[in-house]
Amino acid sequence: MNVRWVLLFLLAIAAPALAQGFAGLGTSAEGFAMPQKAHPPVFPGDHGAHPDYRVEWWYLTANLTGEDGRDYGAQWTLFRFALAPGTGESWQTPQLWMGHAAVTTPDQHVSAERLARGGIGQAGVVLTPFSANIDSWRMDSRAGPDSDPMSALDVSAAGAGFAYRLGLTATGPLVLHGDRGYSVKSAQGQASYYYSQPFYAVKGTLTLDGRDIAVTGQAWFDHEWSSQPLGADQSGWDWFSFHFDTGEKLMGFRLRDEGAGFTSGTWIGADGQVEPLPPGALTAEPLEWAEVRGRTVPIRWKLSLPFRGLDITTRALNDAAWMDTQVSYWEGPVRIEGSHPGRGYVEMTGY
Amino acid sequence: MLLELKDVSKTYPTGEGPLRVLSGVSLSLARGACVALTGESGSGKSTLLHLAGGLDRPDAGQILFEGRDIVQLGESDLAAFRRTRIGMVFQQFNLIPSLDVAANLAFQARLAGRHDPDWCSALAERLGLSGLLGRYPEQLSGGQQQRVAIGRALAARPKLILADEPTGNLDEATGDAVLDLMLALQAETGAALLMVTHSLRLAARLGSRVHLSAGRLA
Amino acid sequence: MLWQAFTALLSHWRRHRLQLAMLLLGLALATALWSAVQAINAQARLSYARAAAVIGQDRLSALVRVDGAPIAQDTYIRLRQAGWLVSPVIEGELRFGSGRLRLIGIEPLTLPPQAAQVDVSADDIGLAAFITPPGLLVVAPETAARLAGEATPPLRLSEALPPGVALSDIGIAQRLLAQPGRISRLILAPVQLSGLPPLATIAPELVMRAPATESDLSRLTDSFHLNLTAFGFLAFAVGLFIVHAAIGLAFEQRRPVLRTLRALGLPLRALVALSITELLVLSLLAGVLGVALGYGVAAVLLPDVAASLRGLYGAEVDGQLSLQPSVWALGLALAVAGTLASAASRLWRIATLPLLAPAQPRAWSRMSAQALVLQAAAGTGLLAISALAVIIGHGLVAGFVSLGAMLLGAALLLPLVLSLVLALAGRMGRGVVTQWFWADTRQQLPGLSLALMALLLALAANAGVGAMVGSFRLTFVGWLDQRLASELYVTARSDEESDLMRSWLAARSDAVLPIWSAEEKILGEPVQVYGLRDHVTYRENWPLLAAAPDVWDRLEAGTGILVNEQMARRKHLRLGDELTLSGGRSQTIVGIYSDYGNPKAQAMIGIDLLLALHPDVNRQRFAVRIAPDRAAGLAAQLRDAFALPADNVIDQASVKAFSLRIFERTFAVTAALNVLTLGVAALAIFASLLTLADMRLAQLAPVWAMGLTLRRLALLEVLRSMALASFTMLAAVPVGLALAWLLLAVVNVEAFGWQLPMHVFPLDWLRLGSLSLISAALAAALPALQLVRRQPSALVMVFANER
Ligand SMILES: Nc1ncnc2c1ncn2[C@@H]1O[C@H](COP(=O)(O)OP(=O)(O)OP(=O)(O)O)[C@@H](O)[C@H]1O
Ligand SMILES: [Mg+2]
Repeated sequence: MNVRWVLLFLLAIAAPALAQGFAGLGTSAEGFAMPQKAHPPVFPGDHGAHPDYRVEWWYLTANLTGEDGRDYGAQWTLFRFALAPGTGESWQTPQLWMGHAAVTTPDQHVSAERLARGGIGQAGVVLTPFSANIDSWRMDSRAGPDSDPMSALDVSAAGAGFAYRLGLTATGPLVLHGDRGYSVKSAQGQASYYYSQPFYAVKGTLTLDGRDIAVTGQAWFDHEWSSQPLGADQSGWDWFSFHFDTGEKLMGFRLRDEGAGFTSGTWIGADGQVEPLPPGALTAEPLEWAEVRGRTVPIRWKLSLPFRGLDITTRALNDAAWMDTQVSYWEGPVRIEGSHPGRGYVEMTGY
Repeated sequence: MLLELKDVSKTYPTGEGPLRVLSGVSLSLARGACVALTGESGSGKSTLLHLAGGLDRPDAGQILFEGRDIVQLGESDLAAFRRTRIGMVFQQFNLIPSLDVAANLAFQARLAGRHDPDWCSALAERLGLSGLLGRYPEQLSGGQQQRVAIGRALAARPKLILADEPTGNLDEATGDAVLDLMLALQAETGAALLMVTHSLRLAARLGSRVHLSAGRLA
Repeated sequence: MLWQAFTALLSHWRRHRLQLAMLLLGLALATALWSAVQAINAQARLSYARAAAVIGQDRLSALVRVDGAPIAQDTYIRLRQAGWLVSPVIEGELRFGSGRLRLIGIEPLTLPPQAAQVDVSADDIGLAAFITPPGLLVVAPETAARLAGEATPPLRLSEALPPGVALSDIGIAQRLLAQPGRISRLILAPVQLSGLPPLATIAPELVMRAPATESDLSRLTDSFHLNLTAFGFLAFAVGLFIVHAAIGLAFEQRRPVLRTLRALGLPLRALVALSITELLVLSLLAGVLGVALGYGVAAVLLPDVAASLRGLYGAEVDGQLSLQPSVWALGLALAVAGTLASAASRLWRIATLPLLAPAQPRAWSRMSAQALVLQAAAGTGLLAISALAVIIGHGLVAGFVSLGAMLLGAALLLPLVLSLVLALAGRMGRGVVTQWFWADTRQQLPGLSLALMALLLALAANAGVGAMVGSFRLTFVGWLDQRLASELYVTARSDEESDLMRSWLAARSDAVLPIWSAEEKILGEPVQVYGLRDHVTYRENWPLLAAAPDVWDRLEAGTGILVNEQMARRKHLRLGDELTLSGGRSQTIVGIYSDYGNPKAQAMIGIDLLLALHPDVNRQRFAVRIAPDRAAGLAAQLRDAFALPADNVIDQASVKAFSLRIFERTFAVTAALNVLTLGVAALAIFASLLTLADMRLAQLAPVWAMGLTLRRLALLEVLRSMALASFTMLAAVPVGLALAWLLLAVVNVEAFGWQLPMHVFPLDWLRLGSLSLISAALAAALPALQLVRRQPSALVMVFANER
């Protein structure tokens, strides 16, 4: 996930003193908590919100196939931004919430956005039973009391011209990225807490222009929280989550800067076995560019991970998967060809 | 002598510098005399008449009326002089438009404090105005208006009548009739008359004639 | 050829500079007063539009509670979670020191972009500072100036907000207004999702309110602005009299030139075209001058207008005058149209001028008796229309029609009346000079009648408006005494504090009377309903215009309701009528009370009933009865005991003084316009006399020749002008009375909803009479002085000149 556009968002609506650097030992100058390598996430508690951290998100992307045989993509995201650490009473709560939802088809990409203040019940994350919402958009756990709350979810959202309801059932374990969930984001050491549930089987319904389409497929859930901005020279972010037909998964990202950039990721075995990728192991290069909403973005990528024999290219389901939100970015489903065929999602920001 | 002008000069300031109209005019008028004043247009006839009537003052010279120099009189004495001694008849009649004929006839006499209703009605009778007393000047013909003006001039029994082309705005027949009336009344009242006219024919009907030319009397 | 002819025409003005100055000045003044009023109105309308546009009220629908009560915050959450795109707004009045502020709390994250007037994310504001305590108040620069030094949250400036309005975050606003968890209304985003659950199932207490196409303010203040406009037109009409006179004179003086031009071969059409061109040039010149002058006048008057609008209607008007193209365009158009209209008859005469007409005496100032009678007949007709408009018509427009017809009719009648009076005076006069004086005055009448008509209008307007304002003041002061019977008026900072204070005061005062109100919808309109506690204060003092015998008992019993006069008039309510309150409760009207200075509908019920209907009513305000000599002491004690700011306890005298101040300012503008109109009328007389002076010479010279001194004649000229002015003043008295009656009994009732008893102020008229005498004397003084200074040679020219 990209931190930068989140910061752009903050800049756009809040403009707190972003330029303030780090105060070293675990907290920023403004009193935000910092991810600690020594304290990995603990579940189910860490599925919930972390108001002492500056930013956080619960992020779901789904690669779906309709009863009509066509490919679809769906996105559901809830962001949390803190103007200051902690909570407060009612409107005084310094927490802001933002929701993004989208549906992508080969010829259509519809998205919507919701904003809400914390503290008044309009948006937030509740732990038991797990439930995240903003307005009418919901992500509710229907897992039994003994299993992980994220192992079974109902997700719904609606925007102008679209709606969806998806039932998610996990077929594998949670996956901690980086060092047991401590994910480094730059050579300077900026880091976040980051874990995923990439093993969802999906069954549900998309509604497009009033027409219901039954869909099935796979989904990937991310939860990440942090307080640290990107390095000053980092200009954007390309992020990949791939479901290979072999059952293996790959999470990879590339932070662009003036130099060679910073790539990292996680190789996930079909059984959930995790292999963090050292910086630079994964290479990602744009193959083809296209004009989308006045910006030039890569719509085909070539990725390789030599030691896994991975050599693939991606092709967007819909080149125009542009998120028309306050801070806009490209986020859409892709088909994967090459050594490891499959499906996945790509997010590109800062273009 | 009723009126004596001695060496009277008058200059008007104009746009092209001072215009000398009269330069040393001398003239005497006996009581009851009847003199015509002729001269070319612009020669200064009206000017002379106005000086004699106390309407304007000369630059130099004396104007003696019954031996008194009216040039020396103050504004209010001069006004009283006009009221009581002079009767004016103008070419354009110059009646008071807001007053009817009766009031116009009696106006100067009443101003002078010498209103004599009998004399007024006699005058009206003589001037043929009896049927017109309630009318206003604008409702009268030129001849009628001039008859009112003559009546007005005579009503206060002035010593001197000054008439400036009294028939100038009238046709010949009317003019003659008006002049006849004026001369007759003048003779009856014993007032002197100084009358400006262009017409030698009319001038001939008066006792004597003086001619104004180049600022002097000939 | 054309150019030559044009310069020949224009050369007239070079020879008659004063005449030109008068023409330009008259037109400029007329345009100025009218433009001033327009500029003020335009400014006010702009402010209303800005106020209406605040957070998109003029474009976006909103959800409100049927009964006007605040909406619970939970309802908002419920709606959002059901998918409704709504944004909460809280609105309330905030008092800072002596000032009031309309505080609007918004939620910037959900606010639809169409409603976002202020960019909260702008560098100088910033979302974080805006929403987190202490928050920010965004205000117009002039509001900031007014709030300087007050204990408000930090201020930020925005030109987009109307004055008197502060924008803040809803959380901050809820705290400032002491209304946590309450929402005034929910703004609906213009596009909603399809298939939403219906409102009735989520929040049945809410209804959708369409965007306000016309703001309440502009509707409320309509009558006020109509008043101003009427005065503007009056001033313009008075000014046009000058223009008409000046143009008429110029035409007459140029008649020979016109004839000569035509004799020299200038086509008639070209001559008319040239004349029109000349008028256009002159009127545009004067128009530009006038509008510029008008802005000056408006800038001077605007603070008073703003203050009275604020006091009377709570309407905020920007004190900064902005230049509006519409005012310019209209001002110029009016100047041109007015000039052409005043010149129409002259233009017609140019067109029909006989080429070889005999030299006529100057007859333009002479008016035939027939014309006088015709004009008077027209005047009588207008008076009849005026009477009819009162009897048959209704509404503000009928009131103004009646008013206009009455004034114009009276003005048209004036010359005949004056002529008759002067004829009578002439007949009664003895001496020859006296007789001539009256006769000549009468003859002057046609030439002066336009100016005198202008004077009549100005005097009548002054007398009438003076009587109206005076009557209003007398009634208002008396009413204040009745209405403000309590010794102290207290505003607590919260309902809880109010409860504490009232129990604290219970033993220390004679009575504590709540001033609590809630908004109810009665007969489809919002009405502020107050709860009255039965007390001798009301029984003895309340200004009831009509009442049932047992009014107070029935009110106390909760079965009766009192309504104010404006509401009774607007809704045609009478004693015994039934009104339905929220919850379907029916109340009988048991009384109607006068409520001056308040344009809105208002009603009163028993306090118990109010609390039953609105248990959560704001309880912060109440009045205290105590022996007057102990009031100041108690106020001090109260302030000490509760650490209350001084402004929260106000004594009776201060409230009265405040109310009177508002009252005075309300009519300051009217008074100013009145004085200016009188000034224009005086100028009209001056202009007429001055332009007539030339012509007078021919009329005065024979009299002078026959032995009246110039000094005496000059004195008579001044006396003549004064005589005409005083006769006109006498004629203005009945017209003024009629005007006052129309204003009090017709216009006021329509405009404000209250009727006032009429009082007469003869001293004012005396003052006005002397004022008009002085101005007439002054107006005549210059021509008279010129006359005295005349050289005899100039006078004798009258006799020597051939014409
Ligand atoms: N007030 C005045 N200012 C300047 N010049 C004047 C004035 N009055 C008369 N004049 C000039 O003085 C001269 C004499 O004028 P006046 O009227 O006495 O002539 P007049 O002999 O009566 O002529 P007419 O026979 O045409 O009446 C003329 O040239 C005239 O232009
Ligand atoms: Mg002459």
